[in-house]
Amino acid sequence: MPALQLEGLARHYGEREALSDVSLTLQEGQTLVVFGPNGAGKSTLLRVLSTLLRPHAGRVQVLGCSLPDEAWSARGRLGLLGHEPLLYRELTARENLRYHASLHRVPQERVERVIEGVAMSGREDEPLRTLSRGMVQRVAIARAVLHEPELLLLDEPHSNLDPAGIELVSPLIGPASGRTRVICSHDPEAGLAGADLVLGLRSGRTALLLPAGEVTAGKIRELYR
Amino acid sequence: MYGKGLRSLSIVTVAAMALALSLVFFYAPLEAEQGFLQKIFYIHVPLAIIALCGFVVGALFAIAHLRTRDSSWDMRSYVTIHMSLIFAVGALITGSIWAKGSWGHWWVWNEPTLVSFLIVFLLYATYQPLRFAIEDPERQSRYASVFAITAGAFVPMNFIAVRLSTAYLHPRVLGGTSNLPGSMRLTFMVSLAAVTLLFVTMCKYELTAKHTRAQVRALRRRLVGEDGSPARRGRTAVPAMGTQAAGRSGL
Amino acid sequence: MRRTVGALLRKELLVELRTFESVPGMSLFAVTTFVVFHFALNRSSVEGDLAAGILWVTLLFAAILGANRLFVADADQGGFDGFLLAPVDRSAMMVAKVLTMLAYLVVLELVAVPAFAILLLGPPLGPALPQLIAVLALGDIGIAVIGTLVGALAVQTRARDLLGPLLALPLLVPIVIGGARATAPLLAFSHAGGVPARWLLTLGLYDLIFGLIAYALFDFLLED
Repeated sequence: MPALQLEGLARHYGEREALSDVSLTLQEGQTLVVFGPNGAGKSTLLRVLSTLLRPHAGRVQVLGCSLPDEAWSARGRLGLLGHEPLLYRELTARENLRYHASLHRVPQERVERVIEGVAMSGREDEPLRTLSRGMVQRVAIARAVLHEPELLLLDEPHSNLDPAGIELVSPLIGPASGRTRVICSHDPEAGLAGADLVLGLRSGRTALLLPAGEVTAGKIRELYR
Repeated sequence: MYGKGLRSLSIVTVAAMALALSLVFFYAPLEAEQGFLQKIFYIHVPLAIIALCGFVVGALFAIAHLRTRDSSWDMRSYVTIHMSLIFAVGALITGSIWAKGSWGHWWVWNEPTLVSFLIVFLLYATYQPLRFAIEDPERQSRYASVFAITAGAFVPMNFIAVRLSTAYLHPRVLGGTSNLPGSMRLTFMVSLAAVTLLFVTMCKYELTAKHTRAQVRALRRRLVGEDGSPARRGRTAVPAMGTQAAGRSGL
Repeated sequence: MRRTVGALLRKELLVELRTFESVPGMSLFAVTTFVVFHFALNRSSVEGDLAAGILWVTLLFAAILGANRLFVADADQGGFDGFLLAPVDRSAMMVAKVLTMLAYLVVLELVAVPAFAILLLGPPLGPALPQLIAVLALGDIGIAVIGTLVGALAVQTRARDLLGPLLALPLLVPIVIGGARATAPLLAFSHAGGVPARWLLTLGLYDLIFGLIAYALFDFLLED
């Protein structure tokens, strides 16, 4: 069963189309990378797949669950890393992660392991507002993978991370993690590496949908023109 | 869909209003105590009743909207509440005039209907500012529906509470509609029917106008492209018709 | 459901204890308002209807201050999204927020009622205290429910600090009516017996109706 199956997905914002007629199939373990200029609908697509937004038309199947009716059974099996870290600034990393762990019914020991996994041991008891943006991003990544989701939805996951940070989180959210991934990226070269399928969006419509092997960085840059 | 039968409805409404006015001025007897001023009763009470019913109907449309997520229900809810608010202002003004004429005060606290009306008016006056303050059109519709349902449930609750708080202080000042002699009752019923027709007609006009405007925008967008007709200039409190407007015909 | 509510409550408590955004402000506001009333009314001691009115109006406005802050952290820091991504019953958020608001109100009243008794109240509070607590409890439930509903409505709008009070005040008029009318005989020099049942019923009916409505409608405010 494919991890993602979209047919004619559409979502409007008032009278304007935010996403229109998006169709694709993504198999388990594969990586879909989405490119497109600002306002093209990348974040909207990610939020629809994460069940935060309902599709207004078309058929959407995420992990075998049809949205929006079966959204409740897909939640808990996917992890979203958006522009916002979705963490409370006044609480510490550990408190934030413990809160999410109890929401997702994850044992507390996993929290400790994940803190180690993003190299936050030693800083996990300081309020997030005292931490640098790179550290907050690492805690956000920890939050996204805490419940060991089958599907990862990542909106520019490497923003705010230095090369050491990127390498550090690679086993969690990179190709080595073995999970199905959907990544929004602005970097043609870095984005293509590790991609199986490439989607290019422009004004909510599909401008480009090809296996990664048939796409060059040049073609992607044309999207932004 | 909205404009069908608008002309015949308008004609009937005008006829009913003319009939009601002639009855009020030429047929209904002069009331002993209050004299000519009492005739305001024939416009004040229907305005109040229709406004209240309009608020409740707006809440019912809002329930339909939340259940079906069809934005046309939200449009109906918006127009109904909007119109009821206007009628409510009319009820308050006519009630105030009546109070001034009968009691010498522009406002009386011991008339529970008038007081409840003031509170309901203050509540619904926030409906449009609430809508205007939410930019995302879908969220605006949803939040407005939640408000409309809450406010709709509030209307009867409020009347009970205010009635209880004034009941033991003074007897009703402006009097109810029971114990009306035959000629007065007839005039009242006709006035009620006329005001109801007026309400429905005005709502239909507004719905038709908005629907037409949305269709024009959708057509223009199809001809010229997305940028040809920007959906909104700035923020607005009016519900969006969604992209269904383009497909719906039958006007 | 219970575990989710527990997790939410723990989070609310932690955030409040870290920031002290709500409760101290509400309590201080109440005490300051009593002082303002003294000067505005030019009275050193009040009783009966006047006392009940001052107490309820002050509690109401302090509560609205708290209700305004109730969802701000969630709205600004992605708390809604984080909750919506979890495989939990979404009504848990409404329950948790109402309980939080109730807790705030209890702390508020623990400060405000004694302050009122000391600063402005003429008759002694002692004998009527159990009944006063009962009336306050019923009123608090209604205030908490409406505060939660309106707080969630207002927080996602542009003029959130203004719309919250504008929406909440008319909706809370029945609570003021029931609460003040019920409290007035308790704060009078001549204790004319207990609280008329009519007002307790009004408050109870209000709590029930709006509790159910808020429970049914809250999900629609969360989702997209």
